Amino acid sequence: MKLFLKIWRQSNVDSDGNFQNYEIEDITPDMSFLEMMDVLNEKLIVEGLDPVAFDHDCREGICGSCSLFINGRAHGPDTGITTCQLHMRKFKDGDSIVIEPFRASSFPVIKDLVVDRTSFDRIQHSGGYISINTSGNTQDANTIPVRKEDADNAFDAATCIGCGACVAACKNASAMLFVSAKVSQFSYLPQGKVEAKERVLNMVKQMDEEGFGNCTNTGACEVECPKGISIKNIARMNNEYLKAKF
Amino acid sequence: MSKINSNIPKGPLSDKWTNHKGRINLVSPSNKRNIDVIVVGTGLAGASASATLAELGYNVKSFCFQDSPRRAHSIAAQGGINASKNYQGDGDSNYRLFYDTIKGGDYRSREANVFRLAEVSGNIIDQCVAQGVPFARDYGGLLDNRSFGGVQVSRTFYAKGQTGQQLLLGAYSAMNRQVARGKIKMYSRHEMMDVVVVDGKARGIIARDLVSGKLERHSAHAVVIASGGYGNIFFLSTNAMGSNVSAAWKIHKKGAYFANPCFTQIHPTCIPVSGDYQSKLTLMSESLRNDGRIWVPKEKSDAELIRKGELSPLDLAEEKRDYYLERRYPAFGNLVPRDIASRAAKERCDKGFGVNKTGEAVYLDFSHAIIRYGKEKAKISGKDPSDSNVVYNLGKDVVKQKYGNLFQMYEKIVDEDPYKFPMKIYPAVHYTMGGVWVDYNLMTTIPGCFAIGEANFSDHGANRLGASALMQGLADGYFVLPYTIGDYLSDEISTGKTSTDSPEFEKSEKVVNDQIEKLINNKGKNSVDYYHKKLGKIMWNKCGMSRNEKDLKTAIKEIQELRADFHKNVKIPGNKNEFNEQLAKATRVSDFLELGELFAIDALERNESCGGHFREEFQTSDGEAIRDDENFKFVSAWEYNQDPSKPILNKEGLDYEEIEIKTRSYK
Repeated sequence: MKLFLKIWRQSNVDSDGNFQNYEIEDITPDMSFLEMMDVLNEKLIVEGLDPVAFDHDCREGICGSCSLFINGRAHGPDTGITTCQLHMRKFKDGDSIVIEPFRASSFPVIKDLVVDRTSFDRIQHSGGYISINTSGNTQDANTIPVRKEDADNAFDAATCIGCGACVAACKNASAMLFVSAKVSQFSYLPQGKVEAKERVLNMVKQMDEEGFGNCTNTGACEVECPKGISIKNIARMNNEYLKAKF
Repeated sequence: MSKINSNIPKGPLSDKWTNHKGRINLVSPSNKRNIDVIVVGTGLAGASASATLAELGYNVKSFCFQDSPRRAHSIAAQGGINASKNYQGDGDSNYRLFYDTIKGGDYRSREANVFRLAEVSGNIIDQCVAQGVPFARDYGGLLDNRSFGGVQVSRTFYAKGQTGQQLLLGAYSAMNRQVARGKIKMYSRHEMMDVVVVDGKARGIIARDLVSGKLERHSAHAVVIASGGYGNIFFLSTNAMGSNVSAAWKIHKKGAYFANPCFTQIHPTCIPVSGDYQSKLTLMSESLRNDGRIWVPKEKSDAELIRKGELSPLDLAEEKRDYYLERRYPAFGNLVPRDIASRAAKERCDKGFGVNKTGEAVYLDFSHAIIRYGKEKAKISGKDPSDSNVVYNLGKDVVKQKYGNLFQMYEKIVDEDPYKFPMKIYPAVHYTMGGVWVDYNLMTTIPGCFAIGEANFSDHGANRLGASALMQGLADGYFVLPYTIGDYLSDEISTGKTSTDSPEFEKSEKVVNDQIEKLINNKGKNSVDYYHKKLGKIMWNKCGMSRNEKDLKTAIKEIQELRADFHKNVKIPGNKNEFNEQLAKATRVSDFLELGELFAIDALERNESCGGHFREEFQTSDGEAIRDDENFKFVSAWEYNQDPSKPILNKEGLDYEEIEIKTRSYK
């Protein structure tokens, strides 16, 4: 099929960006979206033009590197997937596709479609861990039984890949789904309860300092989250926060 | 026999590690504060090592090329992690895990290292649970296990099909704690370009900031390479797009020996290639072989009809199906080790029994498991076990619980419902057992330079068992390297900071800068991918699942020609002082083009079939591997000799004290 692409181009964080148009042919339905981008880049390189920069690595939906905003949706027109799992069978011949970076002031553009998400790392530094030494002197793994339901809930929250789709989809550029996933994971587990108070207070503080907005319960984050993280986690984080604060 | 010394401690096998740990030199806490360690790579090995070294008190600088340490490719490991906890009471023990690993590796791994691995395996699970890793649990609240290939116990701990993700996030969180304390300085989007050796010791690295393109000098008292494997030499593999050999290759060129490069793991269950544009291959976890059965049609005519789309696999009667693994290997069935399962799939497809358009796919079928689980559930919940609809729906739920994310991944890629139709799968490059040669202390042949995780060679021999990569990465990083590095660093307490203004740093940076200048100013006509794909084709066709002398000799010649053409005709857009992915890729492919030749030379020199290395000249009449212990019971440790075409072979003989060497049989 033939496609008309409108892609955001920006040299670096300090320069202004703009949209540029590209036409691309011979795209087949079994290609992934990023393979379509590869075809475009190969063409640009051979023509002596600058290829489009975009983040990607595992290409199987788990590393959280890829991050495109496609036709107004984080990770494009499908649910429960990352951009690298999006396939061209979701488009048809003659379609126009608008491709932008994830937009949020806390995700500055590095180049074209590549954004800086180290704000997420800094939030994790502020409390996304259990303070346990890796000395090998911990107790046997089966000493504390964990209810299957709690373990499953902790796992569901822990599947967050840190891609930032929740921020990109949110009208407030809120990172609360991301932060709450970590807070929630630990709050379900006995090992996480010891530092629960400090964790939620510190992580929320860092989230605010990074300039992310707050949650107004729209639910766009949950819809666009490739891993289906529930906004119930946000409610749980608010609960943890209130318990810790007052 | 050679210049290398594996430094294996004396004494009985089961006491070696305890005695060694008790006797090696330590660094006192006040001295640790003055010692810097560089760790390159933040996968399971790198992240766990960084966290532990920082916790012990060293000043750690961590480097990764990704935008965050959490994205290293360990994240993609699916099925699980082995540990000899014997929670299931099914006869497991450290010895059995050790034995299975040596046998699975076809008697080409180092006995003492593997025993230590088995010994510390249980500790890994304790550690991860304490960190909040949400492993799967049963209704009693205790940890659940499943089985993997090449073993007859259930010792694999898992978190659905995302075990690697959960373990890496655990190690990443341990790192975060140390970043917060200021003990780890994190350099993400940085690539190591060279190791700097001063007076014969590793003293630092040259790194490139991938955002600004600037070269940086970093000094330290030791350098740890945890940069993963080199499967991407095949272009198509289950590795991430950025996975590369460069850090390991750069230290090789500075004096670290490279061991057994031809030992590559081809994973039997991956989603088949669908076209020329394909950029990577996706794994379907080995855990699926717990419940899935692998088959092709018994008759070629049926396979042909299926390929043309004129026959649905659902309409092929049970007796017309060939469950070839169960037929050939009744004792282990679908859970034979990966090398054996891969070769068996290739054998069927080469003979014309393949089931997709290209003829390179076999079925992995869950219909029996769905019915089995469905009937069990129906009985427990008081529903009618003879109602096929009820049974199907209940069984589907169980399978979804166990492997849901894998089935979803499959459906998104292939556009077919794997609960209904059997999955189509084919072998693909997955893991590299070969890697940087290290001694018992995980130190390379450059003093002060260590290699851990997939980047080293030591534990998996010629074939790795499933769920053992995660085990080895974390064992090296949490529980082995942090102790053994102290023995080396105890001599460095008075060294002080190494200046980055020395001639050695100057020279290293210049070499790197010259290489980059040359690439960027080349003004050729072909993209980097053009060469990477060509190299991948040579490797897959001539150094892949089966190899022979003639093809390997051709491959060596073709790689030499391709390398020369690359340096003449590669074209890299943009400039060096900006975010330039093509330039980063070019430096990596340039190293793959050198490693490729060593890989082929190693495969050519090893005149035997063992594990993942199958030489067509050395097989039985029914296609099983013939290993040659008399002549090849050694590790090939290659030394760089100024030119990638002239490596020098050093041999480390392998002695087995505890294990009787046998022909590997899974029949």
